[in-house]
Amino acid sequence: MERPLTQHIPDSGAALHIREYEAVGGYTALKKVLREMEPAQVTTLVKDSKLKGRGGAGFDTGMKWSFVPMDMPGPKYLIANADEMEPGTFKDRWLLEGNPHQLLEGMIIAAYAIQATDAFVFLRWAYKDAAREMRRAIADAYTAGYLGKNILGSSFSLEMQLHTGVGRYMCGEETALLNSLEGKRATPRAKPPFPQVSGLFGKPTIVNNVETLSWISHIVNNGGAWFKSLSYTADGGTKIYGVSGRVNKPGAWELPMGITMRELLEEHAGGMRNGYRFRGALPGGASTDFLTEVHLDVKMDFAGVTAAGSRLGTGTMVVLDDHTCPVGFVHNLEHFFAQESCGFCTPCREGLPWTEKILWSLENGTGVPADLDLLEMHTKMLGPGNTFCALAPGAMEPLQSALKYFREDFEQHIKEKKCPYAHHQH
Amino acid sequence: MLTAIEIEKITHELQQVPVKKAACIEALKIVQQQRRWISDESVEDIAAMLEMSTAEVDSVATFYNLIFRRPVGRHIILLCDSISCYVMGFTALRQQLQSLLHINYGQTTTDERFTLLPNACLGTCDHAPALMIDEDLYRDVKPEDLEKILEKYS
Repeated sequence: MERPLTQHIPDSGAALHIREYEAVGGYTALKKVLREMEPAQVTTLVKDSKLKGRGGAGFDTGMKWSFVPMDMPGPKYLIANADEMEPGTFKDRWLLEGNPHQLLEGMIIAAYAIQATDAFVFLRWAYKDAAREMRRAIADAYTAGYLGKNILGSSFSLEMQLHTGVGRYMCGEETALLNSLEGKRATPRAKPPFPQVSGLFGKPTIVNNVETLSWISHIVNNGGAWFKSLSYTADGGTKIYGVSGRVNKPGAWELPMGITMRELLEEHAGGMRNGYRFRGALPGGASTDFLTEVHLDVKMDFAGVTAAGSRLGTGTMVVLDDHTCPVGFVHNLEHFFAQESCGFCTPCREGLPWTEKILWSLENGTGVPADLDLLEMHTKMLGPGNTFCALAPGAMEPLQSALKYFREDFEQHIKEKKCPYAHHQH
Repeated sequence: MLTAIEIEKITHELQQVPVKKAACIEALKIVQQQRRWISDESVEDIAAMLEMSTAEVDSVATFYNLIFRRPVGRHIILLCDSISCYVMGFTALRQQLQSLLHINYGQTTTDERFTLLPNACLGTCDHAPALMIDEDLYRDVKPEDLEKILEKYS
């Protein structure tokens, strides 16, 4: 089983140095691109591979690049979205800390494809080790001639900067990220125009996730057919999956796209801890719908998880066990979303704190039956199409599915006027 | 008044951006690095240097979780309160921290040694529960580990 993205990451956890990266074939894809390929050929290659974005939304990467108006004069920008802050998601940290040059090489090739003049790594504040490794990797890439003016003697030039954020979940949304890079509050922008046409400082801009960009050099080296062959399903490639919660071996693994939830949980995460039973999981981070025991054979690819009523999201699963209160679990999630709402649009700013308060009252034994109707109402009022961006609809996904799958728990809180899991509280 | 070092660093940032406003977050980071927090006076000084209104700089300063508009202690404790840490027991860590430090979230110890803040996902969910003190990440933390961890910070 091939693990292209993570096979060279040292077990020690130390980052692969530029010389070590070159020794395992690093930067050969960049050399090939600069010597042999036109920018449009690179975009076509990525498009043909059907690489889908690994940041959560799963949009076709080559398609996104193809929306850049190539004849527009002036600067163009390429941004790596390394603002990983979705609760339950910790996959990009592995790539950033372990193989920073793989990301840089992907970024330089992507920048060449869209003829970008400047590139940014937008890195979340908390990733101190990643910041140190990225800073060093960028400096080493300049020294080696992979960045700067006339890269490797070609006519292509690219400047690269590391930007470390100051903490706000909204920064991961691509248009909010652009506002933040412009020194503003990270509120989302209206679309259209899309960033590919009018992004950072009003110029064409591509924002891609770290895992997505880490693929580019491998697709250049090995081709789209190889990329597709790595997968068990129609969505090509491998995927970095993760599991957290009360399992025996929480962690992250690079596995073929389309592995089942059961394999992930039982083989890789080592099954549930002794004394705990699996009740459900958010398959792809905090903003995805619960899946339950009946979904264990669902294939963890974009189509498979969607068909089961959820989203692949970031592919990092958070497990709910039978000792943890589903209402408390969802309350924790809604607290996060209420806190991280940028406050820019009213349904999200007002609706999320209301949702959080209702869940808190249920946990405290003061909930009433009508609260469940209110929660149901919120899942619709804050659902897709009613808010400016995807934060509130994302926040409603775990709530609506918890009301569906764990309804008896909500009702028990109301009937008993207390949290039935209180004696398990940790 | 901004110090010579602050002015020099902000000037360097201004050279990296096409419009002055775009250096706002970096300027806030620079001043906070020197003074631990951003006072009203600092907001005015940054606004003057970046040719922005104070309200505009304040709108940015109050938006981000890690720009502090009130004084903080010498060390910042960020306790991850996100879902994986919730499942794995951050509540016990919070209780233990609050009883060791005699402070609540958002407060600073009387000796100004620590400020305790909740923090959204630290991105180390496979090693939950986790917390960060300044630049140091602690994973798989148990309540009984906390006293020893805190001793490292004077």
